[in-house]
Amino acid sequence: MKKILVIGGGVGGTLVSNYLADKLREEIKNDEVKITLISERDKQLYEPGLLYMIFNRMEESELFKEIKYLLDPMIDLRIERAIRVVPEENYVETEKEKHYYDFLVIATGSRVVPEEIPGLVESGHWFYNVDGARKLRDELARFEGGKIVVSIMGIPHKCPVAPIEVSFMLHDFFKLLGRRDKVEILYTYPINSVFLMQNVSSVVEQLFNERGIKYKTFFNPIEVDAKNKKVITLEGEEEDFDLLIAIPPHKGSQLVIDSGLGDKNGWIPTDRYTLKVKDYDNIYAVGDATDIPVSKAGSVAHFEAEVISENIAAQIKSLPPTARYFGKAMCFIEMGFDLATYIWFDYETPPKLVKPNKFIHWSKIAYNKMYWLTARGVL
Amino acid sequence: MKAEEIKADIVVDARGSFCPGPLMELVKTIKDAEVGKVIEVLSSDASSAKDIPEWVEKAGHGLIGVVQEDSYWRIIVKKIK
Repeated sequence: MKKILVIGGGVGGTLVSNYLADKLREEIKNDEVKITLISERDKQLYEPGLLYMIFNRMEESELFKEIKYLLDPMIDLRIERAIRVVPEENYVETEKEKHYYDFLVIATGSRVVPEEIPGLVESGHWFYNVDGARKLRDELARFEGGKIVVSIMGIPHKCPVAPIEVSFMLHDFFKLLGRRDKVEILYTYPINSVFLMQNVSSVVEQLFNERGIKYKTFFNPIEVDAKNKKVITLEGEEEDFDLLIAIPPHKGSQLVIDSGLGDKNGWIPTDRYTLKVKDYDNIYAVGDATDIPVSKAGSVAHFEAEVISENIAAQIKSLPPTARYFGKAMCFIEMGFDLATYIWFDYETPPKLVKPNKFIHWSKIAYNKMYWLTARGVL
Repeated sequence: MKAEEIKADIVVDARGSFCPGPLMELVKTIKDAEVGKVIEVLSSDASSAKDIPEWVEKAGHGLIGVVQEDSYWRIIVKKIK
């Protein structure tokens, strides 16, 4: 029997597993193939929902679903914490047992490490995990006025457009509350424009200007002075704040680091077309876990999962794996509470921004409800 | 001494990574380096040859030189402060 092991119960892990179950249904029924998904959590978090949760536009309860309800029933789900991957011997060790595999998919995602910026944990807020989002939601509800700094403290980070979105949404949030004139919003970015892609940057800068959202570029925080509420940068600048919304530095999973599979930040060296982990023919990486120069975003994991499942299914059937990933990504960009656009791009095609409109915003709101169909491999 | 001949204390090989990868690698490296150290960034992305010198000037470090090789650029920087 061929064993396929998937580590990680996020969007990449569940999608690869579900697509594989669909492609290998007969083989699984005949006990020729077994798919096992290992997840340390029994619930999946819809991470894009955190952006809405902080403005009380989605409930925390809407953001979670039990993984067992997202998976094809033919998939063997194990709620266990993986401790290390031993690729030379084709097994993954968890707290409970060793799982041997013929094919491995690493879908262990990324995580925020706010502790890497001294003073940030003590005095900053973020919305890139549930605990952070809860605290920020409460803080925003109580915020009567003052200076909010939205600061990107490292690249890469999950959902590259989220800091832009949160800035636009802060503007609308305080405008609706009648407090916008009492709130200063400053957005900071590490490179010399407000976003990685130039044609997106120019539109965002124009809309920031129209809304009175200030911005600073080449701004790389190295420390937060918690006592005096100041962000200090490598460039020698200081920026004071009343509320700091940080996008903390990100790293790959500790499992990847402990297994020696990643670079110094825990990103897995991955072939950008085949999605195979460098030097291994039977290990693939999907989603945020890779070192591929594409957005760390759910849509990327989605499109990569299609390629990986097709290639593993081919290898199981003794065919050459011919599917290739060409960097396809799609991101909605919320520009407030009733306006949005989206970008679609790949390795060769830069994004072309669609004129922001209400229809795209409502499409995103609808997708927030429909996401669970994506995780199931339906949409 | 010409930029080509300078021996760097730290080499950051960011070839194969795209903008802003090489700049962000330099930012991380310079953060931890001692003052006075010379850092050389290797980048295959043409925009690094423009972006990195701009950042170096803004951050108050020293740009020793930008050298174009066959398929990549060497950007040599000295940590000043």
